[in-house]
Amino acid sequence: MHADIMLNHAVTGLEGPLLFARREANVSLNDAVEVIGSEGRARVGRVSALDEETMVIEVLESTTGLNLDGTRIRIRQRPLEMSLGPNLLGRVFNSVGQPIDGGPPVPARQRRRVDGMAINPAARDLPRDFIETTVSTIDLMNSLVRGQKLPLFSCGGLPHDRLATQIAQRARLRGAETGEFCVVFVGIGVPYDIAENFRYAMEKSGALAHTAMFLNHADEPSTQRLLTPRFALTAAEYLAFVEGRHVLVVMTDMTNYCEALREVSASHGEIPSRKGYPGYMYSDLASIFERAGCIKGLPGTLTQLPILTMPGDDIGHPIPDLTGYITEGQIVLGRELDRKGVYPPVEVLPSLSRLMDAGTGKGYTHADHPALSNQLFACYARASRARVLASVMGVDGLPETDRRFLEFGDAFEERLVSQEQPRTLEQSMALGWELLRLLPASELTRLSADQLARYIEIEPEPVEPDPETGAGVG
Amino acid sequence: MSRARIQWIGGPVLKARVSEPFQIHEALAVGEQRLLGEVIQLSGDLLTAQVYEDTTGLKPGDPVIGTGLPLSVALGPGILGHIFDGLLRPLGDVGEHWFRPGLAAARSNEFEFEPRLAEGDEVRGGQVFGEVAGLGPGRACLVPPLIAGRVRSIRPPGTYAEDATVLVVEGEDGAEHALAMQHDWPVRRPRPAAERLSADAPMVTGQRILDTLFPVARGGRAALPGGFGTGKTVLQESLAKWCDADVIVYVGCGERGNEMADVLNEFPELEDPRTGRPLMERTVIIANTSNMPVAAREASIYTAITVAEYFRDQGLHVALMADSTSRWAEALREVSGRLGELPGESGYPAYLASRLADFYERASRVRTLNGEEGSVTVIGAVSPPAGDFSEPVTSHTKRYVRSFWALDRGRAQARSYPAIHPLKSYAEDVDTLARWWQLQGNSEWKDYRRRLLGLLETQARLERMARIVGKDSLPAEQQLSLLAADLMNEGFLRQSAFSEVDRFCSPKRQTAMLRLMMQFIDLAGEAVERGVSPAEIAAMPILRTLQRLGEEFGEADLDSKPQLAARIGEAFHALHVAEENADAR
Ligand SMILES: Nc1ncnc2c1ncn2[C@@H]1O[C@H](COP(=O)(O)OP(=O)(O)OP(=O)(O)O)[C@@H](O)[C@H]1O
Ligand SMILES: [Mg+2]
Repeated sequence: MHADIMLNHAVTGLEGPLLFARREANVSLNDAVEVIGSEGRARVGRVSALDEETMVIEVLESTTGLNLDGTRIRIRQRPLEMSLGPNLLGRVFNSVGQPIDGGPPVPARQRRRVDGMAINPAARDLPRDFIETTVSTIDLMNSLVRGQKLPLFSCGGLPHDRLATQIAQRARLRGAETGEFCVVFVGIGVPYDIAENFRYAMEKSGALAHTAMFLNHADEPSTQRLLTPRFALTAAEYLAFVEGRHVLVVMTDMTNYCEALREVSASHGEIPSRKGYPGYMYSDLASIFERAGCIKGLPGTLTQLPILTMPGDDIGHPIPDLTGYITEGQIVLGRELDRKGVYPPVEVLPSLSRLMDAGTGKGYTHADHPALSNQLFACYARASRARVLASVMGVDGLPETDRRFLEFGDAFEERLVSQEQPRTLEQSMALGWELLRLLPASELTRLSADQLARYIEIEPEPVEPDPETGAGVG
Repeated sequence: MSRARIQWIGGPVLKARVSEPFQIHEALAVGEQRLLGEVIQLSGDLLTAQVYEDTTGLKPGDPVIGTGLPLSVALGPGILGHIFDGLLRPLGDVGEHWFRPGLAAARSNEFEFEPRLAEGDEVRGGQVFGEVAGLGPGRACLVPPLIAGRVRSIRPPGTYAEDATVLVVEGEDGAEHALAMQHDWPVRRPRPAAERLSADAPMVTGQRILDTLFPVARGGRAALPGGFGTGKTVLQESLAKWCDADVIVYVGCGERGNEMADVLNEFPELEDPRTGRPLMERTVIIANTSNMPVAAREASIYTAITVAEYFRDQGLHVALMADSTSRWAEALREVSGRLGELPGESGYPAYLASRLADFYERASRVRTLNGEEGSVTVIGAVSPPAGDFSEPVTSHTKRYVRSFWALDRGRAQARSYPAIHPLKSYAEDVDTLARWWQLQGNSEWKDYRRRLLGLLETQARLERMARIVGKDSLPAEQQLSLLAADLMNEGFLRQSAFSEVDRFCSPKRQTAMLRLMMQFIDLAGEAVERGVSPAEIAAMPILRTLQRLGEEFGEADLDSKPQLAARIGEAFHALHVAEENADAR
C-alpha cells in the first residue's frame, strides 16, 4: 500500500482550476490529491500532467480561498477512488461521495476507481429483460430493458422530473418481485427543491430505503459536477456488480454537467469544438453512459435514465446530439404536447429505443408487440404528414383517408400518449389495437393477415370503460 | 532496442528523452506495465509518443523501450472468428470483465499445419506455403510480402503454435528468414498486390435498396452517413451478416459496447446462406468502444484494414465495416490538439482529408502476389454532428467513395427502414455492374432502376404540387404515379433487418419482386388510360399483397412467382369486366 505524501510550500501558480507545483515527491499521472487551503478545507484534485520538476494539478472543486504560500498538497499515490461497503441505500452523499445526511461513514470494504474501467465488450451480456415502466409511450413504443442507457431529452419547464420519478417508483420486471431493485439518484447542479421533491416522492412510495442520492446543488462549484456522476456510478457499479442488485440510475441534469465541462475546458485553454464544447465531449460522456450494462457471470445490472434539457429546445445542439450518438435511444419530450395538456408529453416519432428489438416480442413480452408498435409508428408518422398538409390547405382539402389519419393522430395523443394512471403492457397494447381500428384495414400493411383478423377485423366491441380507470400496477 | 525515459506526460501523450535512436512510428513499450505506444514526433533528443492504453500511474523517469518495428499486428490463422481490441489483442478469451491496461495476453493458439512447399522450392512474397486444416476461409499461410528466396526447411504436417517457426527461407541476399503461420505487418503500410483491377461485379448485400438502386462494387467503397439512430449500425450489421463476401472485418470504432456484444452473441447462431456455416467463422470483430482509450481508436481503423488486406491476399473477397469513421476522425483531432497542431475546419487537423483518402484508397480489387483475385470492399459509417452532411468528415468522405448511402431522419422516424434516402444517395459504378445483372438473367436491371428512381423523383415533385392544389385535384395518371411510388417505398424499398423472412433478399428474389411490382404498375397505367380511377386501383385487394411482398414472398416462395403474376393479371381483368358491365348498364 502506498502512503500519502504531504507537500508544503510546493505551489508555484494558480490559474483557474489548475494548480502548478514543484514535483518534490514521487508523483504519477492521475494520482489523486487533496489540496488543502490555509483555512484547512481539503479539495479533491488529480495530477493531470507532469515532468521531471513540475506538475499540474487539476483541482476538481472550487479554488476560491487558495493561495501560493499556505496551500498544502496531500498526494494519495493512487488514482481517485471511492470507498464502498454495505448500507449505501437510504443514504445521501455529496459530489465526492461523502455522506451529508448526518449518518455514519460508509464502512470501507472495497475501493473502486471513480473513473471506472471500461467493461470488456466481450464480457457484456446483452440487455434483454423488459422493464415495465407503466408508461405506454415507453413500454409499448420505446421499451426499456435492464442494462440500457435511455435518456430523456426535455426542454426547460417540462415535467421530465415527474416522469423520471414515476419511472423510478414504478419500474419493475413483469411477473417479478421488485426484489433487488434499487435507485441511485444523481442531482447535477439541481436546485434544492428538485432533489427534495424526488426524495419526498420516493419516501411516500416507500422506495427511499432502496435509494441512494448523490447531490451537487446548483449553488455548488460547477467543477464538482464533473465528479458527481462518476462517484454515483462507482457506487451504482458496486451495488450492481458486487451486491448483485438491479440498479436504475436517474441523472439530472446532464446539461449542467456539459456546461461544467465546457467551463473547465475553457479554463484549460483548450481549443473548443462546436459551440465552445470541448472536442472530447463525446468520449467524456461515453465514459459515463457506457457504464450501463449487464456483465456475463455477474448478478446485477446497471440501467441509466439520464435527463437533459435541450438548450434552445434544439435536438441538434451538441449536448443532445452527442448524447444521442452514445445512448441506446432517447425519449423526447415536447413543448407542443405539453401545451395541449398531454402528460407525459412524449414526442413519439423522434423517440427511439434501440434495445427494443432485443427485449420485446415472442418469449419476451408479447408475440405481436413489435408489429403493433411498428404499425402505430407508421400510422402516427402518416398522421403527422397529413397534419402538415391540413395546415396548408385545410382539413376539407384532404382526401378521405388522410382525414381518417388525422383523427387517428389526435386519438393517439389524447388516449395513448396522455396518461394519468399507470398502465400494464397489456393495457397499453389493447389501447393500441383499439386505436388502429380507427383506420381502414387496408392501410395497416405492417400487420399480417392473421393479426388483422385477430385484432382489427373483429366485431366492434361494446363501448369499453375508460382504460385509465381500474388500471392498477400489477 | 532503443531506450528513453519519460520526461513529460499528460493524458495519452508523452515526451521522452532518448539515449539511442528511435524511428518515427516505431512501436514502444511504455513504463513497467509495458503499455503499447507509438512514436509520433522526433525532435532533437526528445520523442513524442501516443500511448494506446490508460496512462494512469506513469511518471517522469519511467522507461520507454523501442521495439525496432513500426506499429504492427500479427496476422495469422488465429484471427477469424474472434474479437480483438483496436491493436488486435484478443478480448474474447481473457475472461476479464473489465478492460485494463496491459490486459491482453499474446494469443498462442495451436493449429494443424500442412506444408504446400518442399525444401529447395523457390518462394516469393505473398505465396501460399502451407494450409491450416479445419479452418473455413483464411486457411492459407502466406509468405510475408517482402520476402523471397528458396526453402531451406519446412516442417512436416503437424500441430504447431501460430508463432512457431514452420518454414525457413534463405533470402536472395543470403539472409535467413524463420517464418511462422502468422507474420507481422505494420498497420499504416498498405500490403502490396501484384496489380489493381477495376470493378467488375457488385458485392451483393441482400438489401434491395442497395443492390437494386445503389450497388457497391466488389473492392469498392461506400459511405453511410446519418444522424444518430438513423440505422447505420443495423445496416452495417445486416451487410456483415448477409453480403456475399468470404470474410467480414467489423470494426466498432468509438461506438457502443452493447453493439459489439450483439454481434458476438448473434453471429455464432446465424448461418451463412451460401455456405451453411456459422457466420462467426467468417467474421473478425475489432472493438474499440467509446469508453476505451482514444488513441487506440485512431489505430483501430488501420488495424482493421490491414487484417482485411491480409485475407484479400489469400484470394478472398473481404468486406470491411467501419462504424464509425467520424469517431476515428475525432480521435485524430484529439491527438492533434494535444500535439498543439494548428486546427483547421471544425478543429480537425489539415491532414484529415488526406488521411481519409489514404484509408479509402486501401479498398481494392487486386491480383494478389500469389496470382489470385481478391478484394477489400470498405463500408464506412459517418456520424455527422446534428445530421448535417456539410461538415468536414462527411464532405471529404464523399469525395473518395463511389457509393453514397444517405440516411434520412424522416424515414427513420416513420420506421421505414433502411432509411436510405433514394434521392440523396448515389452509386457511380452502375454501368459496369449492369453486366453482372445481365449474367444473372436480369437484363432489365438498369431500366428498372432508372424507372424506379424516376418514379421516386416524380413523387417528390408531385407531393410538392399536391400540397398546393390537393391530391384529389391531380390528374389521374399523376395520382397513379403517387400510388406507384408509395407501393415501391412500402413494398420494395422497405426491408426490416429483424424480419426472419425479409432480412436477406437474394438477387433472384429482388428481380422477381421488381418484376411483379412493375407488372402491377404497368397494368394499373393501362387501366387508368382506359378510364379506371386511381381510387379503384388503390382499393384492389392484391395491392396489400404487393405492399407486404417482402414478408409474404420469401426465398422459399420463389416458385410461386408465376401464380402471383397470374393473380395480378386476373385482378386487373376482373376490374375491366366490372368496368364493362357498368358501362353496359
Ligand atoms: N434496417 C432496419 N430494420 C429494422 N430496424 C432498423 C433498421 N435500421 C435501423 N433500425 C432501427 O433503428 C434503430 C437505430 O439504428 P442504429 O442503431 O443502426 O442507428 P445508428 O445510425 O447506428 O445510430 P448511432 O449513430 O447513434 O450509432 C435500431 O435500434 C432499430 O430499432
Ligand atoms: Mg450506430
